[in-house]
Amino acid sequence: MSGHEHRDDVGARFGMWLFLFTEVLLFGGLFILYAVYLHRYPHEFVTAGGELNVWFGGGNTLVLLTSSLCVAIAVTALQRGNTTLCLRLLGVTIFCAALFMVNKGFEWSAKIGHGIYPGSAHLHDLPPGEAVFFNIYYVTTGLHGIHVIIGAAVLIWTMVLIKKGRVNAGRWVMLENAGLYWHLVDLIWIFIFPLYYLILH
Amino acid sequence: MTEHAHIVPYRTFFIVWGLLLLLTATTVAVAQFNLGPFNVWVALLIATVKSGLVIAFFMHMKYESRLFLLALFAALAILAVFIGLTFFDVLYR
Repeated sequence: MSGHEHRDDVGARFGMWLFLFTEVLLFGGLFILYAVYLHRYPHEFVTAGGELNVWFGGGNTLVLLTSSLCVAIAVTALQRGNTTLCLRLLGVTIFCAALFMVNKGFEWSAKIGHGIYPGSAHLHDLPPGEAVFFNIYYVTTGLHGIHVIIGAAVLIWTMVLIKKGRVNAGRWVMLENAGLYWHLVDLIWIFIFPLYYLILH
Repeated sequence: MTEHAHIVPYRTFFIVWGLLLLLTATTVAVAQFNLGPFNVWVALLIATVKSGLVIAFFMHMKYESRLFLLALFAALAILAVFIGLTFFDVLYR
C-alpha cells in the first residue's frame, strides 16, 4: 500500500450521531404535539387509543427489537471477519422491516376501512379530541414508516458494499452508521407503542 | 487511521434483547391497571429505560468517548427545553 488514506471513523460516527439528534428533535416535535393534546383531551385520547389494536403494535415492537438485535450482532460479526453471518443477519433485518410494513399496511387498511383517516367524514363527526388523536397517530406512524423504509434501503446498500468487500472487518463504520440509523427507528417505536397503543387499555 | 475497535460479544446483545422483551411485557402489563395520570408516566419511565439499553449497548454509546454522551445529553436538554417552554404556555394559559 502506497498513499496515506485519510479516514476518521470516530468523526464519521459522531457526524451520524449529530444527524440522529436532529431526527430526535423532529420526532420530539410530534411527541410534544401528542403531550399537549393529551393534556387537553385526556378522555378522548383514551377512547381513541382503545381503537388501536395492541396486537399489531405489540407484534411490531417484537419485530423491531429483534431486528435491532440482528443489526447489533451483525456489526460484531463483521468486526470479527464473519461476513457470512453478518450478511445473513442483515437479511433477517430487511425481512423484519418488510414484516413491520406489512403489519402496518394491514393495520392502516383496517382503520381506513372503518372510515378513520385524515380528512374523512367519520373523523369529522367524532369529538375533536378523538379526531386529533388519529391525525397525530397517522402523521407520527407515517413518518416512522418512512424511516423504516429508508433504514432498510440503507442497510441493503450496506449489504451490497459488504458483498463487494468495500465494507469489511477493517472498515466497518458504514455498517455501524447504518445500524445507528436502524436503532433510532427502533427507539422511536419504543415511545410510540406505549403512548398510542397502550393508553389505558 | 484504523482505530482499535471495541468488539462487543454476542452474549451481551442477547441479554439486552431479553431485558427489552421483559420491559415490553412489563409496560403492557402495567397498562392493564388504571393508575390515572400515572399510567403515562410509568409508560414513559419504562420506555426511557428501554431507550437507555438500546443506546448504551446496541448503539455502542457505552464504548464511545465521553464526547458522544455529552452531545446526547445536550440534544436531550434542548428537547427538554422545548417541552418545558411549551408546557409553560399550555399549563398557565
